[in-house]
Amino acid sequence: MSDLSYVRAEMLPERAPPASQVGFVGWARQNLFNGVGNSILTVLSLIFIWYVVSFLLSWAFSPTWNSASLSECREIFGAESGHHAACWGVINDRWQQLLFGFYPNGSEEGTSDLRWRPILAFLLLFVAVTPVLFNMISRRMNWVLLCAVLGLTSLYLGGALGIVVGLALIAAGAAIGYKALTADKTARAAEIEAGAKRLPNPLIFSAIYPFIAPWLLWGGSLWLPIGAALGFVIGYFVFRFLAPIAGSLVGMIVAVLVALVWWLLLTVGFADLMQSIIPIGLEPVESRDFGGFMLSITIGVVAIACSLPIGIVLALGRQSDLLIVKALCVGFIEFIRGVPLITLLFVASTLLNIFMPPGTNFDIILRVLIMVTLFAAAYMAEVIRGGLAALPRGQYEAADALGLDYWKAQRLIIMPQALKISIPGIVSTFIGVFKDTVLVSIIGLLDPLGLSNAIRADQAWNGVVWELYGFIALLFFIFCFSMSRYSMYLERRLRTDHR
Amino acid sequence: MSSITLETHADRSKMEVSDEVAIEIRGMNKWYGAFHVLRDIDLTVYQGERIVIAGPSGSGKSTLIRCINRLEEHQEGQIIVDGTELTSDLKNVDKVRSEVGMVFQHFNLFPHLTILENCTLAPIWVRKTPRKEAEEIAMHFLEKVKIPEQAHKYPGMLSGGQQQRVAIARSLCMRPRIMLFDEPTSALDPEMIKEVLETMVELAEEGMTMLCVTHEMGFAKEVANRVIFMDAGQIVEQNEPEEFFNNPQNERTKLFLSQIL
Ligand SMILES: Nc1ncnc2c1ncn2[C@@H]1O[C@H](COP(=O)(O)OP(=O)(O)O)[C@@H](O)[C@H]1O
Ligand SMILES: [Mg+2]
Repeated sequence: MSDLSYVRAEMLPERAPPASQVGFVGWARQNLFNGVGNSILTVLSLIFIWYVVSFLLSWAFSPTWNSASLSECREIFGAESGHHAACWGVINDRWQQLLFGFYPNGSEEGTSDLRWRPILAFLLLFVAVTPVLFNMISRRMNWVLLCAVLGLTSLYLGGALGIVVGLALIAAGAAIGYKALTADKTARAAEIEAGAKRLPNPLIFSAIYPFIAPWLLWGGSLWLPIGAALGFVIGYFVFRFLAPIAGSLVGMIVAVLVALVWWLLLTVGFADLMQSIIPIGLEPVESRDFGGFMLSITIGVVAIACSLPIGIVLALGRQSDLLIVKALCVGFIEFIRGVPLITLLFVASTLLNIFMPPGTNFDIILRVLIMVTLFAAAYMAEVIRGGLAALPRGQYEAADALGLDYWKAQRLIIMPQALKISIPGIVSTFIGVFKDTVLVSIIGLLDPLGLSNAIRADQAWNGVVWELYGFIALLFFIFCFSMSRYSMYLERRLRTDHR
Repeated sequence: MSSITLETHADRSKMEVSDEVAIEIRGMNKWYGAFHVLRDIDLTVYQGERIVIAGPSGSGKSTLIRCINRLEEHQEGQIIVDGTELTSDLKNVDKVRSEVGMVFQHFNLFPHLTILENCTLAPIWVRKTPRKEAEEIAMHFLEKVKIPEQAHKYPGMLSGGQQQRVAIARSLCMRPRIMLFDEPTSALDPEMIKEVLETMVELAEEGMTMLCVTHEMGFAKEVANRVIFMDAGQIVEQNEPEEFFNNPQNERTKLFLSQIL
């Protein structure tokens, strides 16, 4: 028998993998051509892709941007010869309508171009959400962004005042930004440690944005949004005052009631009164002039922003030990989920008016907003419940054992984890809601799809289909794809295991 | 089962038991639905005592110590912790919980927070300690459990033994007067069991009142001043460790010890 013992005298050095495993060749061999069947499939797929792409490109690259009607397009690319190509003239002619609907653009006698308002609201939306969505953007840059947006708007509006204010804002922004570029981070941290003033938290702006945006879009007296915001302030102080005396639950209920009374009965009077003393306001715009992507984004953003907190409350309510709370939440969720959104929209557009006292004017967009939000919230609640169910019981027990009360445990321990688990589901719901906003065209609101029908009704563009739908699809895709990418970024950022 | 031998011998001279009562349980009964899980429990724990609770699986050990900080509710009898009786009054429950620390079998660290944040969370939000001070306290206890260098990592990046030591530090940051341990080492590899037990020995040497559910009989012999044996929801036998191990009285205890040792 041979000797079984063996002792290695020297360790083997590391070798590079064989050339067939690395680089493009290696990748292609492994993924595209491993085996006869796969190779055939790869070649067939390539041929198919080539066919589709070349068809699409020859369709899309057509020199019709400046044509004024479909027949003009046909002349340009020669439809008689059987050639099919896109007629981009319709987008050139109508893109502003697709974006803004019939929002006043100054084309009619006696009106002025107000489209800067939705654009400003849209830009401010980004300023408002960045501190919420990204933690890599410093407070400084956020204020720079805000100054820049407001400054440019002011310059655009022009007039002596506009130019002075605009330049001042831009100068302020530049000053803040310059400090960010020059100041050394650690030095700045030391300064703050020593008591230097910090810039105010940009979340302050995020908090007031919900009141600014509707004012910009619908116009009217500035005192109305201020009145609406005051409702929250009043509710807060009622709660602060009552909670130590009567307990937090009673305090909460009374605070909500007081705020509701303020909003429903007193806000309008307050706004009128203040308006008569100090009139500040923007030219009002009717809801029926809203349309296009502006409308989709308005509905989408409100539904997304409101459905998350409502969904959280519903999900917690569904898990509650209080029987009535639980029954209410389950009933609400199951009812809303059991009814198609279109039905709810029809209720919003027709039935609600029957139940309203005659003469009340309950804005149609507001009604739709409420319905879409409730619809989204019901789905959100179930998504979040999934996240809650996925949390091990030990997390609740550890929070209890440390002496955290229910709300603190929810806020600090349970919700951060449950929401993190639910991110894919939450974002799917967001995307779904955003796309569902096109359903409002069924009740006669002019969202992009509604407008595309209106545009085709025009003699010049009768028969244009793909170009309009393609344009609309592209814009929706941009929004939905960004949301999806953001959710992936967020999941990566929040991953805390095995980094 | 108990293969771990502790290197350091616990210094029993420092472990003083005062005659001040820390926990008083009188005629306590608990049911899960119709299942009578704890039966007529009477137990008095004095300040500074180190009690090890042993017994077969399902005998109600976890339930007993979970009743002490009201993670479970008892239906009959009285539990008085540091002079506060546990009733449905939430104020009392909160008071007891902030004075009683608990360490779980599966650590139950908060995975979305760093080690330091795990330790400062309760002091900041329950005790209203200023953040800076809370961080200093946390670092003090992390040093004590010998992992200050991990303070800014997340729990998922630590070994089981390290996580359990963090869990101990997290409880200590609330400055509890009583610590409850529910099988703190049974989810760990032998190597890590030792580091956790050593941390617990140190804690005992500082005079902490401890109730440990554990199968580590080496720890019981070294540290405990009383061993309680439970079976079928009842306290079957309790004695000093020496007597308990060398001269068990009850048949079930004898059977259990013959299996475990
Ligand atoms: N939440 C619960 N609901 C119903 N039965 C339970 C629950 N928790 C534990 N039990 C039962 O109570 C008994 C005692 O459990 P436990 O205290 O965990 O035992 P030990 O910790 O001694 O192993 C076991 O029979 C177990 O099945
Ligand atoms: Mg147990």
